[in-house]
Amino acid sequence: MIPSSSQILRPVRMSTVIGSFAIALFLNYLPWPDLRLVPDFVALVLAFWCVRQPRLVGLGVGWMLGLLTDAGNGVLLGQHALAYSLLAFLSVWLSRRILWFGPMLQSLHIALILLVTQAAVLVVRLAAGDPFPGWPIIIGPIFGAILWPVATWLLLLPQRRPEREQAI
Amino acid sequence: MDHTPPPFFKRGPAPLVRLFFFASLSLALLVVDARFRYVDGLRSWLALAAYPIQRAATWPIDVVQSLSSYLSMQASLIEENQRLRAQLLANVQDAQRYQELQSEATEMRRMIGATEKLPVLAQPAEILYLSRDPYAHRLFIDRGSAQGVKAGSPVADDTGVIGQVTRVHPLLSEVTLLTNPDQAIPVQVVRNGLRAVAFGGGASGMIELRYMPANAEVQDGDKLVTSGIDGTYPPGLAVATVVRIERDQERSFARVYCKPSAGIERGRYVLVLTNETARPPRPEEGTKDRRGEKTRRSKGKDKSAAEKAPEKAVSDDPQ
Repeated sequence: MIPSSSQILRPVRMSTVIGSFAIALFLNYLPWPDLRLVPDFVALVLAFWCVRQPRLVGLGVGWMLGLLTDAGNGVLLGQHALAYSLLAFLSVWLSRRILWFGPMLQSLHIALILLVTQAAVLVVRLAAGDPFPGWPIIIGPIFGAILWPVATWLLLLPQRRPEREQAI
Repeated sequence: MDHTPPPFFKRGPAPLVRLFFFASLSLALLVVDARFRYVDGLRSWLALAAYPIQRAATWPIDVVQSLSSYLSMQASLIEENQRLRAQLLANVQDAQRYQELQSEATEMRRMIGATEKLPVLAQPAEILYLSRDPYAHRLFIDRGSAQGVKAGSPVADDTGVIGQVTRVHPLLSEVTLLTNPDQAIPVQVVRNGLRAVAFGGGASGMIELRYMPANAEVQDGDKLVTSGIDGTYPPGLAVATVVRIERDQERSFARVYCKPSAGIERGRYVLVLTNETARPPRPEEGTKDRRGEKTRRSKGKDKSAAEKAPEKAVSDDPQ
């Protein structure tokens, strides 16, 4: 089974990529009750584009998004930049492998990538002298991985052709 | 004829090289930001870039609030109105007494030759959002340097102090909450005037008094207010209520746990207090009461606070 090539997609538009990142940032800035349990939407969308379009979105984009996240949250500048560049690297590196699996196994890969990203932030925070925020911190990345099939479906929506066009 | 490969194969440096480059750039930024704070300009620009999205993210709450106010029952409105009226009545009495006491205090200060205390100005602000960071206890408000907010100003809500402005961006500023482990506030027990320094308790949502002698006269239920001797917080603002005291035989210090009186994790509107006192000249012997009343991070403010500190007197308490 090769899900990625089961359907020929339209080329991606730049506006889709930028719009999806803006929406992900918006979701991250929403006032969530407990932030440890909420998935990092920017990380998820970044992983998606790095897996799908490794030549368009890569480490540079991840780094800039990380800086925006850091400044927006008022935390130490560079910690999310580091984590997101690591995430982009892992996603680009695994991009050819991930797309051969079905949605479940793809989610497992993404869970691992998101956990490594979270761990990078955690290491930086602990090194900076912050206390350990507790084990619920790993729930966010796992939720993110569970959302992966949904995110794939949503983000590929603008690239899908109508049924009629496919039949030709 | 050139022998360069077609652009098809041009993919730039290898991913591992890029990772190394960006990781070292991030680490350099981290060190520079943590140790030297050279990149605050860059941070302000980035915060300005993120502002439209942050602003937009508060929109769902506005919708929910306006919907709920639209759908609220008449009975609940009447009830709320009555409650507010009763509260207003109580407050009016206090306010009249306050004016009288203030004029009396001014008169007495003039008689003993102390400098007059200037009124504390308050600027209302709306909480934009809490920081998306489970480690930091911060929030963001929608007033920045464009509206005259200054770093170091105390922030309070209707029931007490919630924290201090630690960073000011053009359109928004960052408030470090009292529960942040790095945040300290000088307090005073209302009952007997005992002074202490309260530190944030982190994830527990409490604040604690450290380094209190084991025989310190503190009881459960004691109210703590700001003592004002640091010159940053105006005196007399409600801070916390003592809920638990641990007097350990092994240690010489008692640990006192207090519950913040302000709704630190709830509420929507806060007041930024601009404590713009005319800085009095520094007296020669004014060096006694200056322990650790500052946030450990704000080194720059220490000096100005120390200059202001000795002239501050403890005013009446708002309880």
